[in-house]
Amino acid sequence: MNWASWLLWGFLATIVLTTISAGAQGLGLTRINFPYMLGTIFTPDRDRAKLYGFLVHLAAGWIFSVIYVFIFQALGAGGWWRGALIGVCHGIVVLVVVMSLLPGLHPRMASEQQGPTARNLLEPPGFLALHYGVQTPLAIMIAHTVFGMILGAYYHLAR
Amino acid sequence: MAMELLNFSSIGFCHFAAIEKPHKRIARYHNSAGNPGRHQPIRLGQSNYPIVLSSSRPIAEIQDYAAVGDCRSAALVSRYGSVDWLCWPRFDSPSIFAAILDKDKGGYWSISPAGPTQFERAYIRGSNVLETHFICATGRATLTDLMPVASEEFKRRHMLPDHELLRQIVCTEGEIKLEVAFCPRSYYGARHVKIENLGAHGLRLEVGRGAYFLRSSVPLKIHGNEARAEISMRSGDVLQFSLSYSEESPAVLPALGENATASIERSVKWWQEWVARAKYQGPYRDAVVRSALALKLMAYAPSGAITAAVTTSLPERIGSSLNWDYRYCWLRDASLTVRALLGLGYIEETESFMTWMLHATRLTQPRLHVLYNVFGGMAPREKELDLAGYFDSRPVRIGNGARHQLQLDVYGEVIEAAAQYAQRHRHFDRTTQKVLIGFGKYVAQHWNLADEGIWEPRSGGAHHTHSRLLCWTALDRLLALSDKGFLDGVPGQQFEQERGRIRQQIEHRAWNEELKSYVSVLDGDGVDATLLRLPWYGFEEAQSPRMKSTYRRIRQELSAGDSLLFRYRSQPPEGAFGICGFWAVEYLALGGGTLKEAHDLFDQLLKYGNDLGLFAEETDPGTGDALGNFPQAFTHIGLISAALTLEEKERGESHPAAQTGENVTSGSREVIQ
Repeated sequence: MNWASWLLWGFLATIVLTTISAGAQGLGLTRINFPYMLGTIFTPDRDRAKLYGFLVHLAAGWIFSVIYVFIFQALGAGGWWRGALIGVCHGIVVLVVVMSLLPGLHPRMASEQQGPTARNLLEPPGFLALHYGVQTPLAIMIAHTVFGMILGAYYHLAR
Repeated sequence: MAMELLNFSSIGFCHFAAIEKPHKRIARYHNSAGNPGRHQPIRLGQSNYPIVLSSSRPIAEIQDYAAVGDCRSAALVSRYGSVDWLCWPRFDSPSIFAAILDKDKGGYWSISPAGPTQFERAYIRGSNVLETHFICATGRATLTDLMPVASEEFKRRHMLPDHELLRQIVCTEGEIKLEVAFCPRSYYGARHVKIENLGAHGLRLEVGRGAYFLRSSVPLKIHGNEARAEISMRSGDVLQFSLSYSEESPAVLPALGENATASIERSVKWWQEWVARAKYQGPYRDAVVRSALALKLMAYAPSGAITAAVTTSLPERIGSSLNWDYRYCWLRDASLTVRALLGLGYIEETESFMTWMLHATRLTQPRLHVLYNVFGGMAPREKELDLAGYFDSRPVRIGNGARHQLQLDVYGEVIEAAAQYAQRHRHFDRTTQKVLIGFGKYVAQHWNLADEGIWEPRSGGAHHTHSRLLCWTALDRLLALSDKGFLDGVPGQQFEQERGRIRQQIEHRAWNEELKSYVSVLDGDGVDATLLRLPWYGFEEAQSPRMKSTYRRIRQELSAGDSLLFRYRSQPPEGAFGICGFWAVEYLALGGGTLKEAHDLFDQLLKYGNDLGLFAEETDPGTGDALGNFPQAFTHIGLISAALTLEEKERGESHPAAQTGENVTSGSREVIQ
């Protein structure tokens, strides 16, 4: 594994993913906001949650990019389209699996069945995160595909 | 049609038409003044309020509305329990309820008894939390309306919705049948909405880039793009409804029950603590506090901007086209608001506004626009909407065409506000000093231009006396600030020279010897109410022969009967202009009359507020009805300013303008010579 290349491109790919998500939210395409959702695990303070969440998201993206790198190393080749393919799979897992598990994992998220309580007030994402807007799956898929494309295109395999 | 059921919250059950649920009480919120009418026999017609047969939706007039808000946005609630105006996420956003401008298309959210009802209402003392009491033959209920507010410290520890309108109704006696109608329409009624039932999470409406959530402790039936319920309540039953909005992130869904009750109590406390800081202790404290609360509603907390009103296109004359969008920040109005709040001791609002003003005007300094949006951007172009208008007063407009006007008085108002800020509390940093001096230089170079002036007519510019007065004020205050060491680098000689020239021009060309009066425009022959401000800014003594005869002329030409004044003569006449009456009070208090005359006039003017003490921009002199956008900052500013002036004079204190300016009369005359 090429550690230096992973550190650089894992970091940059995560920044681009976060930027695409924030851009989609800013343009009104979706209300999904990864930093806010992650940050509210630690604090109810809206402003601090966004900051903490951003740092957590950055770290998580970096860690997830290791999986991409392992796959490239195992295949013996990278390339943008392989990266994009893994990104599509990653996006699907996020939408189908992670989002459905989130209400059970997140200490401040309301459950789909019981509704909000005094502590659990955050709107759950629903299937494919559609509660956050019908274009949310598209935004997530694009963000993760680009994430994979960057890693695939720029990560230099260890020889 | 299938009945769609919403969730029941764990508390606050009631009886409603289709499903019977166990009866359970929760702690009820009590007004500090007690719960009026409890344990008394229910008899309609005991108070002065009319009985309304609410088989159809009663039509509310401007004075029938109350405002609730959270210093980010505001809603208008009619005395009949209907929310007829709401724009989220900020004051100038498109509406979700706009029935005040079109009862059919605009959208509303009504909670009201079925059948003949007497409606009484009051704000909970010292707050912007509204209570409406429904008195029916079979029972009584109290509806509480508010947009929850909380301290920053509380917000750091708890998740709260971005925007929320909370409505709680408590049956206090007997039984009562209620009708709930939730009829949202997005983008000023132009777009229909689709209501989704999310089960435990309530109803959701995806609108544009955001989503509205309606949570309720009773199920509502969805009929197309509306949701309705008919409910029977018994004494002790509590119902809660929460409408929230989110567009920046996944929504925070408010929990009902004890959480909502706590939210009401917290909001009341927050407002009461804010009110307790008001220093005014004079005889008009109730009216002053209500005005301060109304002004606070119009402050946009995230930026520090202050809007002129929370509505658009409420007409200055019924059936006319004098309908404008006031949901923006006019620098003049905001400066006057800051002065009023500063006079009451609210320094934080002044600091926020000064910061906002410096930020908002950064791109155009030293030139000032007339109005800005709450984030300091240009107000949007004027556009007409396809709405029927308030009592057919069309067109309904959004945006404001005055955005490109030249109104030179703005400089004087901003600088006067800064001068009072400095006088009472703070020094200026280098940047602020530079900006203020830049404004002064602009005034020194441009005061001789024709402008649209304070009344911003669409007919073009003129040489307005009031604009000259405020240009004089701008230079005068900057010179005074320089003398007192607040400003460094003021071009004293230039400013003194120009100040002298302005004075000379006003004294010679704004005085009409034939009329024995100052006049509205140089070399003109008409008067307007702004001439009453000449003494306020220290330009002319209130008891001078010139001012006394000008006052007589104004009363003669602009009197709208009783205590009211028109701002100027117009045909056909519009309403009497709210702030002008209060200017007359100040003129009398400053020496144009006796203090008793000033108090008497003030007392008379207070009658033109609605039953809650809220004022619109104008008053119909024939009927006493409110006209124009509502509630109107300008009128409430006038009320507070007049009350403060009366108090100062009672105590024998000097007027704030006299403290911020030079000893102007002698000083400036010397320059001319």
